Amino acid sequence: MTASRLELICPAGNPAALKAAVDAGADVVYAGFADETNARNFPGLNFSRREMEEGIAYARQRGCGVFIAINTYAEAGNPGPWRRAIDDAAALTADAVILADIGLLDYALQTQPGLRRHLSVQASASNAEAINFYHRAFGVKRVVLPRVLTVKEIADLNARIPVETEVFAFGGMCVMAEGRCSLSSYVTGRSPNTDGVCSPASHVRYEKRDGKLVSRLGDFTLNEFSENEAAGYPTLCKGRFVARGDASYLFEEPASLNVMAMLSELAAAGVSALKIEGRQRGRAYVSRVVSAFRQAIDATAQGEPVVSGCLDSVTEGQRDTTGAYDKTWH
Amino acid sequence: MTAKLSLGPVLFNWDAEVKRDFYFHIADEAPFDTVYLGEVVCSKRTPFFEPFLPEVIERLQRGGKEVVLSTLALIMSERELDSVRALAGNGGLTIEANDMAAVSLLAGRDHVIGPFVNVYNEGSLEFLENQGARRVSLPWELPSRSLSALASFATRELEVQAFGRAPLAISARCYHARSHGLHKDGCQFVCIQDPNGMEVQTLDGKSFLSVNGPQTLSHSVLNLISELEELQAMGIDAFRLWPHMIDMAKVAEVFRDVLDGTETADEGQRRLDRLVDFAPFSNGFYYGQEGAALVS
Repeated sequence: MTASRLELICPAGNPAALKAAVDAGADVVYAGFADETNARNFPGLNFSRREMEEGIAYARQRGCGVFIAINTYAEAGNPGPWRRAIDDAAALTADAVILADIGLLDYALQTQPGLRRHLSVQASASNAEAINFYHRAFGVKRVVLPRVLTVKEIADLNARIPVETEVFAFGGMCVMAEGRCSLSSYVTGRSPNTDGVCSPASHVRYEKRDGKLVSRLGDFTLNEFSENEAAGYPTLCKGRFVARGDASYLFEEPASLNVMAMLSELAAAGVSALKIEGRQRGRAYVSRVVSAFRQAIDATAQGEPVVSGCLDSVTEGQRDTTGAYDKTWH
Repeated sequence: MTAKLSLGPVLFNWDAEVKRDFYFHIADEAPFDTVYLGEVVCSKRTPFFEPFLPEVIERLQRGGKEVVLSTLALIMSERELDSVRALAGNGGLTIEANDMAAVSLLAGRDHVIGPFVNVYNEGSLEFLENQGARRVSLPWELPSRSLSALASFATRELEVQAFGRAPLAISARCYHARSHGLHKDGCQFVCIQDPNGMEVQTLDGKSFLSVNGPQTLSHSVLNLISELEELQAMGIDAFRLWPHMIDMAKVAEVFRDVLDGTETADEGQRRLDRLVDFAPFSNGFYYGQEGAALVS
């Protein structure tokens, strides 16, 4: 069986990154509105309605699609911002909305049936029964898979579902099942599910202590670095902690997901699209990563070898991992 | 209506006979209206307790408890899916769905939605009620204003988690195995060594989290004893206590007494202070603050 060419889905945290992604060869860019309706609700990021309209026009003129992420969970008593985001995505003729909340999926189905619905990774749909349910109940056409499955499990899954799958290919990696994690709100009161943020910068502090640089999130120390060590951002699950008397990266080492070496395996597993994480990243990063994946996907489709290692300098901690796709990670 | 008291499923890996005896004690001594049973965290643990399940169910029912069977929170394989299908097909006991697969399998039948299904708003609640959910156990991170909004909207029962370490996250990776230098497939069930979870500290020695196989819980014990009156006034129907390796029957008595108004929240808190010796309390989620906070 010949696998079809993988679609490349690229992050756009602002109009400059959108243009960079489009120019670097994205098939689709994904973006969010500048509020709590999307899971990268960081200061200075995301799109006004006007910017989204212009971004869609820019992408479309160059043959590129735009998905709009509305992938947080609407607040009880305050559905307005989320419903408006869906209505505006339809009015702006987005190619799809990426949703996680079943209330919003239902709203989109009832009010904007013509708007294509994708299931966000934040819904953490990790098995055929769940995915088929989202398809049946809400007409979901594609699911972004949580970063918990091996390539073999993805292949098995694709044989049992009638919808497309999109998987994360590069960038920051959640170690916990997405949308099922309240670690950030336990420490900061701000949560991916409700506020669209994880380990927010507003709660990060760096302190000098005994010649070491200590990184803190809220009231907790997440890591410390000696002078010759590069200090990473204190994302909660990438901190160094003590268990059984040993200090270690208990949950995950600081590393970026990178599947460039396994593109043909993913295509053979029936995956439709690769997603680059990083709407918080600048245009230089986006341009570099998107170009590298554009070349790698095109090479794979032609049966040519992929030049790996070309993204080493932009990976977190200069390390990469294939994460859950490899059984030994678990 | 009198508020109901529920005992959530044991999240930790307890020795099967210890767990059986725990439930016998609960059946005979503890004032719970509902007891949830079943492995929610790691499917590898399921076989150990299965032989004891029938006698535990029978004893709990004889003790006047409604027994509900809880499903896995994270389902990643056909094998795990089959176990949920088998549970859903049991025909007798009510099932608590903790994943959308279980929601799917239980649609159109009487069932309970567990706290691992994301119900943050009225739209989700209405959808699930229309699917046949008769009780929804809400996520622990919801602040009081959301609980209040949902309580005014709900047409079926709402449950709120009122006691126990908050089950903050679930993963495909087993941190218990990882901390022992083992792989998940060869984990040797090391999680059995930590009946209240494995303590995780920060580098400067502050207790932080608690690891339970692939699950990460809070170190602090979520405790809404002082908020029960407000929650009842909102219209919350049931309160879930998560089991820990302490005298849970006595913990249940405290909650029952405060819910019934036979004791003040302050008196209840003093009794809980004596019963819970392994971690401090927290209630920050309820107040829209960091979950680890204790707002007095």
